[in-house]
Amino acid sequence: MDYEAVIGLEVHAQLSTNTKIFCGCSTEFGGDPNTQVCPVCLGMPGVLPVLNRSVVEFALMMGMATNCRINTGSRFARKNYFYPDLPKGYQISQYELPLACQGRLGVNVNGVKHEIGITRIHLEEDAGKLLHGEEGDMVDYSFVDLNRAGVPLIEIVTEPDIRSSEEAVAVIKALRDILLYLEICDCNMEEGSLRCDANVSVRPSGETALGTKAEVKNMNSFKFLKNALDYEIERQIELIKDGGRVIQETRLWDSGRGITVSMRGKEEAHDYRYFPEPDLLPVPVEDSWIEEIKDKLPELPREKAERFIKDYELPLYDAEVITASKNLAEFYERCVELFPQPKTVSNWIMAELLRELNKENKDISESAMTPENLAGILILIDKGTISGKIAKGIFEEVYGTGKSPEDIVKEKGLVQISDDDAIRAVVEEVLNANPQKVDEYKGGKVGLIGFFVGQVMRKTSGKANPKVANEILQELLPSPET
Amino acid sequence: MKITKQEVEHVALLARLRLTEEEKELYLGQLDKILSYVEKLSELDTAGIEPTTHSFPISNPYREDVVKPSLPRDNVLQNAPQKEKGCFKVPRIIEDN
Repeated sequence: MDYEAVIGLEVHAQLSTNTKIFCGCSTEFGGDPNTQVCPVCLGMPGVLPVLNRSVVEFALMMGMATNCRINTGSRFARKNYFYPDLPKGYQISQYELPLACQGRLGVNVNGVKHEIGITRIHLEEDAGKLLHGEEGDMVDYSFVDLNRAGVPLIEIVTEPDIRSSEEAVAVIKALRDILLYLEICDCNMEEGSLRCDANVSVRPSGETALGTKAEVKNMNSFKFLKNALDYEIERQIELIKDGGRVIQETRLWDSGRGITVSMRGKEEAHDYRYFPEPDLLPVPVEDSWIEEIKDKLPELPREKAERFIKDYELPLYDAEVITASKNLAEFYERCVELFPQPKTVSNWIMAELLRELNKENKDISESAMTPENLAGILILIDKGTISGKIAKGIFEEVYGTGKSPEDIVKEKGLVQISDDDAIRAVVEEVLNANPQKVDEYKGGKVGLIGFFVGQVMRKTSGKANPKVANEILQELLPSPET
Repeated sequence: MKITKQEVEHVALLARLRLTEEEKELYLGQLDKILSYVEKLSELDTAGIEPTTHSFPISNPYREDVVKPSLPRDNVLQNAPQKEKGCFKVPRIIEDN
């Protein structure tokens, strides 16, 4: 029997506001422990939370970008549990009436379009961070840093519409791209500003009822998400095939061992006793505010990719790769303005530029390469000033130093030799030096033309225009006998 | 009875309270009285009435996203029973894996 996986994701995104959700403490990452806390986020008695307007605005942007219905009077609720990183003994979250719900997200998986339902997007506060003692007496202790307590989060919950690990990765990538376009989350999975849990179940193909699900946590990269889901799906299928039953539980991804591990015994604590937060009123969202935000929403990755396919006639793959980053898409469009050959620009970005950026794990905005300089290189090739081969060398230097390609060409004397007489002299030299090869050519080994061009290029340190060299060679070589 | 002893034990566990058998019996009785009292509300017909979470028709005030000074760390930690390297020091939290 064949089985299919049913997956829903819960994605937590830290919003990049200046201050926490309910107090004026800074949200900056990496501060000394407990230096960004105040009585409100410490949960001191008698304090009152005051909602940060930007948090609501950012969350509304995400709600609109994922086609959600916006609730104009959403409520906060208390989620009660004890853990040392939670000073109040409850987390302020949203439960019955989230800020946004019933959205849709479009993704492409291997070129096929899928639509995933967004169940809800709600606001909540983050908890603090626990550090565990590593040596000596310290192994008996944990250390609590509350700088992160009260940092604003949105939780995005999808419908169980996902059927494979590839699709799950496509969904989280699509969410990440949107969050980055909206500039509301920096989406650093390693630092935890974008986190993902998954509800996973399996069922016989064709069945419509859902199987029992397990919740998988602790997947802090796209690769871990994929590996963890593949493992968990296989584990459940094998379990059922062996006559067992999946039990509802939370499982942690152990990346070291490449398996998911049950967190047994935590289940009873999952009684959060939600109730309406008495310290906060319903969240007002006027229509005028919604309209204002709608007008400000940027073109989103999917729309941009579709426009690139239409306007620049790029293949879907190119369009998706380039529009995954807003900065890269802007870089691309500026290049095309300066050098209107869209596919050539795309090829250089995908092959050369992204290779260098990925090597250093950098965004285009962090590199010395400018659209003017990339377009400059392409113009030099197009005019025949430099060869494609020389251009790659120049690209690396421009990338590394930020110098203009024109200056590098001048400095190093890399101007391509297109002058007939100069190349003719080199060709003659090459032919005189290789009489045997000339004979072979004459004898019918016409493939040797490549050898001769190569020799000319070598003698000119790659500067000869290969097209001109080829023409002159054809002219000066004896006609091959057939 | 509106509540069982098992429920009292469950609530105590969630609140991290360790109760003696006598205390369980005591709170069972007290909680039962409270619940019976609240139960009176169900005598009212609330069909078609929106759940009320706040009794004042006032709107939530927003705060602008401007950083304010945080507390000096010495003050933050001054009531902590144990502290170390700027952190609250607590018994080790056992991680499940």
